[in-house]
Amino acid sequence: MKDSLRAESVRLTGHGGDEIEAYVAQPLGDERVGSVVVIHHMPGFDEGMKEITRKFAAHGYLAVCPNLYSREAPGASPDDAAAAVRALGGVPDDRLVGDVRGAVQYLTSLESSNGRVATIGYCSGGRQSFLAACSLPLDAAVDCYGAFVVGTPPEGSPLKIGPIVHLAKDLSCPLLGLFGADDQYPSPEHVAELEEALKQAGKAYEFHSYEGAGHAFFATDRPSYRPEAAKDGWQRIWDFFGRYLDS
Amino acid sequence: MCTYQTEKLAVKGSGKGPEGWFPLTSATVYFDHPAHYPAEHSLNIDFLNLEGGALSRVAVELDPASARELARAILQSIEAVPGH
Repeated sequence: MKDSLRAESVRLTGHGGDEIEAYVAQPLGDERVGSVVVIHHMPGFDEGMKEITRKFAAHGYLAVCPNLYSREAPGASPDDAAAAVRALGGVPDDRLVGDVRGAVQYLTSLESSNGRVATIGYCSGGRQSFLAACSLPLDAAVDCYGAFVVGTPPEGSPLKIGPIVHLAKDLSCPLLGLFGADDQYPSPEHVAELEEALKQAGKAYEFHSYEGAGHAFFATDRPSYRPEAAKDGWQRIWDFFGRYLDS
Repeated sequence: MCTYQTEKLAVKGSGKGPEGWFPLTSATVYFDHPAHYPAEHSLNIDFLNLEGGALSRVAVELDPASARELARAILQSIEAVPGH
């Protein structure tokens, strides 16, 4: 596999026709390849998320990470943007779906796209990856420890998000779920409830929960990083995308 | 975990951010992942003026013991002055 790639900031058309910031990474080659929309975690559109976006390109996929906080905090540092969005109640679900739709259209319009698209999201983005896969026609989706697919935020939280497990019947593609057994949001009970809903709906899914890992075990720049879980998780992702994104 | 445990309150006062002083309108207090402090979780406070944009922010990330001491010191300082 050739490993040359190009990565850069771009603008793409998101929900409501809004122009939003995004970070795109693409392998440089003649092959037509699958695409991945990377949905960033609650701390925002930061270096870690851009690094993950490049990793997908290095493995042969077109990848784009839209900045879901573009509207509230254009040009702000990721932590300032995340603080503003937290105070304002989080990203509305309908806007998220519109922004992911825009990212999908951006990727599939690229000459090297083979037309197949997946989403992957981390933390709050895990829930949003599931939401996108229940709202848009996709080929695969990955939920990395997304909270509040099942359950509700603590009372008094300004975050305007609620459970979306009832959408399982609308899931448009196979779902890969990667979770930490020590996590509380989502807890093992939350993960079990989601799994049961997927079973009831007859949907294809593959879940892995890692002992000794909590939330954000993929985040190499945080103390929550768990190398063994992350290494196995990445292998699961490559296997999954190999099955559903490759021509 | 992302605790999502967030308290939001209206505040009056001023804060000094990267662009100088600005009037504060709100604060969020949450126990969650820090952006900078090297721990899995911290007690985070953002003093904000949401109308002023994302740069109108004063942020701190404290370990829980420090946060408790800060809360105690704030209350002690206020209570030491009659009428406030």
